[in-house]
Amino acid sequence: MNFLRKQLDKIKPNFDKGGKFEKYAPVYFAFDTFLFVPNHTTKKGAHVRDGNDLKRLMYVVVLALLPALFFGMWNVGYQHYSQLPNPTNDPNFVFPFMDVFMFGALKVIPMVIVSYVVGLGIEFLFAISRGHEVNEGYLVTGMLIPLIMPVDLPLWMLAISVVFAVVIGKEVFGGTGMNIMNPALIARAFAFFSYAPYMSGDKVWVADASTIDGVSGETILGTLASNNPINYSVFDTFMGYVPGSIGETSVLMILIGAALLIYTGVASWRIMLAGVVGASVMGLLFNAWGVNALMQFPWWEHLLVGGFAFGIVFMATDPVTAAQTNTGKWIYGFLIGIFAIMIRVFNGAYPEGIMMAILLMNVFSPTIDHYVVQGNINRRKKRLAKNLKTA
Amino acid sequence: MSKDIRIKKGLEIKLKGKAEKVVSVASRSKVFAIVPSQIHGVIPKLVVKVGDKVKAGDPIFFSKKMEEVKFSSPVSGEIIEINRGAKRKILNIKIAADATDSYKDFGIKNPTELSSEDVKAHLLASGCWPFIKQRPYDVVANPADQPKAIFISSFSSAPLAADDSFALANEQKEFQTGIDALKKLTTGKVHLAVDGTTNTFFNQVTGVEIHNVYGKHPAGNVGVQIHFIDPINQGDRVWVINPQDVAIIGRLFLHGKFDASRTIALAGSEVVKPQYVKTTLGADLSEIIVKNVPNKNVRVISGNVLTGININQEKFLGFYDNLVTVIPEGNHYEFLGWHPFIGNHKLSINRAFFSWLTPNKEYALDTNLNGEERAFVVTGEMEKVMPMDIFPMQLLKATLANDIEKMENLGIYEVAPEDFALVEFVSTSKIEAQEIIRKGLDLMIEEVG
Repeated sequence: MNFLRKQLDKIKPNFDKGGKFEKYAPVYFAFDTFLFVPNHTTKKGAHVRDGNDLKRLMYVVVLALLPALFFGMWNVGYQHYSQLPNPTNDPNFVFPFMDVFMFGALKVIPMVIVSYVVGLGIEFLFAISRGHEVNEGYLVTGMLIPLIMPVDLPLWMLAISVVFAVVIGKEVFGGTGMNIMNPALIARAFAFFSYAPYMSGDKVWVADASTIDGVSGETILGTLASNNPINYSVFDTFMGYVPGSIGETSVLMILIGAALLIYTGVASWRIMLAGVVGASVMGLLFNAWGVNALMQFPWWEHLLVGGFAFGIVFMATDPVTAAQTNTGKWIYGFLIGIFAIMIRVFNGAYPEGIMMAILLMNVFSPTIDHYVVQGNINRRKKRLAKNLKTA
Repeated sequence: MSKDIRIKKGLEIKLKGKAEKVVSVASRSKVFAIVPSQIHGVIPKLVVKVGDKVKAGDPIFFSKKMEEVKFSSPVSGEIIEINRGAKRKILNIKIAADATDSYKDFGIKNPTELSSEDVKAHLLASGCWPFIKQRPYDVVANPADQPKAIFISSFSSAPLAADDSFALANEQKEFQTGIDALKKLTTGKVHLAVDGTTNTFFNQVTGVEIHNVYGKHPAGNVGVQIHFIDPINQGDRVWVINPQDVAIIGRLFLHGKFDASRTIALAGSEVVKPQYVKTTLGADLSEIIVKNVPNKNVRVISGNVLTGININQEKFLGFYDNLVTVIPEGNHYEFLGWHPFIGNHKLSINRAFFSWLTPNKEYALDTNLNGEERAFVVTGEMEKVMPMDIFPMQLLKATLANDIEKMENLGIYEVAPEDFALVEFVSTSKIEAQEIIRKGLDLMIEEVG
């Protein structure tokens, strides 16, 4: 590692103030600080600091997403092959695991690459033009975006969605930490409204469904919205053997990620728990009402299907766009749960409500915090008033 | 009536190199220095010049804004240097010490027999006044004010803190006399917070209201104790003072001299034999440090690792400090050091380290920032270490925005920079919280007063 350090130190002067490539310093430092935690020492204030930093934090989230990513790759292949006719005479024939996985991997990896290359490219450009460091936020966003897209989305559409999300969703506000809405969901919302045929219906959720005859794949929510019976078991939906966006199908894999996030304290368990409670309450209410298939769908199965689990674990908990006070997090999570199921049930044209619910609550989270903080302010004012009276 | 205060939120930072309870008498320092920047908000007006002879207790300078507040020489000797920086700002005043101190005679007095005005005048004349600080704002107290109460925290919960009940074990009488004097300064109460888990002579001090405090750091911070005992409202003034400085006041009344000696702890992972040392305010500690610290790549801190002053350049004991900490500098690179679950020599409240599995392990933390400064991203971590009923992140943001009304509403009057030291420690984005709060308090002084 010393060799690497020496090489970096050798080229570093070019990027320092007055150096040849001074302008590109953010690019150099992004790589340097990625490879080595810098030798910066505390200059003012506390002389020792917590070992945690944003890189470590973001990387934990990426780790938590990996189970869903790898399962997603396999499931893309599985959904595709399970609809093909049996090529042999053996009725017990199954396509080999590696074929299935590689088929999915070859579909998914290009999406991940496009998401990272385009997104990080824009981040670097903004960092250079503004002269600040490259923030780590996109490490997570770049992984989230492909996981919440249908597998057949053309790569150029993905690229444009990423551009929109990073520029309009984040950089115009000042970058990581300043944005109002979750950038990954902005990418999805952009794709959804701009390229609706590629983002909904019964032809997009299984690879090549639109080109191969006889291959189709509707999501469970789509089936329910058109009042048809579903032909997947609860076990299938829990394990994720169903069509859907790449990373959203397997509740099991998402729970593994959630466990890591809660264990490390990186994501708020309050939001997750409150979201599940909110969705359950709403589901129970609809079950009691029950006039169509979506309403009759058992409340607890609502938690397993669609993007709910993925959204509440990985998207609602984004600390920048969520409520920031602990009390606020309970309210915020609860309302996301409520709205997710409400939109799902009422909006037949677009049965997946979690995206809209989170974006909506992103907008309202400062309002929630405002009222929570106001409670603290009022306590202080009351104390002052009491004090003035007795004085 | 005393009440128990139990603090749940906070963080105990266990560091290597706790001072052993042995006092060694350091060989007398040859040079002493007063560094005005350590006394926040005071613009010094000199009354001495280079070459002047002073006794211990002779005034060196006074505060430009409060002319009656004088700062005295801690030793007798000769003024050898007055160093100035940009805009002729006085950086420090150095005094070459005589072999033995000769003290200015202030006369032996019994504070209980004096009027409030006489006590005040005595403290001001002797140079003991600047030890009394005011909350809000964490600045030297204004003698014209009538404080609502006086608060003393008899213990510090900060990492490697000196134990004042040990340091003052032979000076209980002086401490009590100091308390008697302070009682004259307020019509309200004098509150003395003691560590609930121990029973020391502080529990026997009379004329004060004793509060048992339990919990993790920052339980020993006087600001936190005030918050739970009698919180500061807009317009309130309360005074605070450190226990060893109460004893200095006691010596003034009992012995008639300004004796600014302190028993300090010399601690930290880089110190060979961490122990207590008897020395004096402003003393040059470089000799002691050379003797006790073999490594050169270290940071010498007057005070604790969270709030102390970097004295690497000139090692003079700080005006308010009873502790010197020496820890390794962290000016090194770490290959892929951000990778989760490695690097367990670092302490973190975040479980992306395994350090939480060993809660009793003592760490040898260095001064590496462990990352780079970023915008606010993570929420909820600051709240974990802020025991007061205050939203730390919201207050920091209001302060950054210079939004005075919001700062008032969110409790700026109740906090001092030291109360945000842990917030700064845990911040994933490496937010310089103490500096932000200090600037906010200065803004309040300017705008509200």
